[in-house]
Amino acid sequence: MKKKNFTQYVIIFYAIFIIVSYIMPIEAGQDIAKNFYRFTFEMIKILPFAFILIGLLEVWIKQETIEKYLGESSGLLGHFWAIILSSTTVGGAYVAFPLGHTLYKKGAKLGVVLTYISAAAITRIPMTIFEASFLGVKFTLVRIFVSIPLIVISSIILDKLTDKNEVPKEIKE
Amino acid sequence: MDYLLVLTIGAIILSFIVDRQKTIKGVKIGLKKLKKIAPQFLIMLISISIVLYLLPEETIVKFLGNGNLITNTVLAAIIGSITMMPGFIAFPLCGILLTTGVNYTVLAAFSTTLMMVGFVTFPVEKEYYGTKLAIKRNLFSVLIALVVAIVVGIVFGEILV
Repeated sequence: MKKKNFTQYVIIFYAIFIIVSYIMPIEAGQDIAKNFYRFTFEMIKILPFAFILIGLLEVWIKQETIEKYLGESSGLLGHFWAIILSSTTVGGAYVAFPLGHTLYKKGAKLGVVLTYISAAAITRIPMTIFEASFLGVKFTLVRIFVSIPLIVISSIILDKLTDKNEVPKEIKE
Repeated sequence: MDYLLVLTIGAIILSFIVDRQKTIKGVKIGLKKLKKIAPQFLIMLISISIVLYLLPEETIVKFLGNGNLITNTVLAAIIGSITMMPGFIAFPLCGILLTTGVNYTVLAAFSTTLMMVGFVTFPVEKEYYGTKLAIKRNLFSVLIALVVAIVVGIVFGEILV
């Protein structure tokens, strides 16, 4: 309960700060508010849809399917599918976290889920095209082909290092 | 992200044709999940708005333009870890940095940490995966980013071996 209150205080304090900086006026506060609007707008365009898809995924995808392709016995192939899935992810880490968690709840191996969320940062298709156009294809290819094996290895290590009780099955209300 | 909208609507319609009850349940589950995590998202947005105020693009250009390769790479990894930017802002910025003479090595450290390491997304990540695992994953990601930077440096002839 204490933690929730802290979050609330931060939000309330921030809101008061923004309102005051429009009244005073404080330029810094207004600049911060502009950043906030810009990013909130970006998220609003993505989040509700992404979460509806996650919800549909949860009701439609069978536990056995997830267990078969991404589960404990999926081995390296599970990581391969996680990377393919990551390349189609929209938005960013903030979409990969909840989606990965749903996969985990449905029986995906923790290491595979970790590969998915880390790879989603590197391989998202629209982003890599964008990256290559600004920094060159060579740069993008080196970055992808070096980071992917490292992500898989580190995810396998992290899986081994982590006590599964530390990972919540349901997030707290 | 228009194709996300199309994809979502398509999925809802398809799902609705096959099973009405299940669709309603799925949409409800999704929105309930969003509601649950909303405070953490709000914290994340608040953090981003402040961090980007303190570290505007001009400041990043200035930071990464001076100094030697090692300090710049480390600095790039630190800045990349703290901030978070959507790709449509991050890569044009990297493009600008490249034209101002910033090395590929530095850009690799910057862009990789920017995407993989999330100081501001941490409140969201820890809700789903627990604090300990979230910290460990981010630390591993910093290491990966540094290895990627070194390899990029070697490939582009900026680090001589």
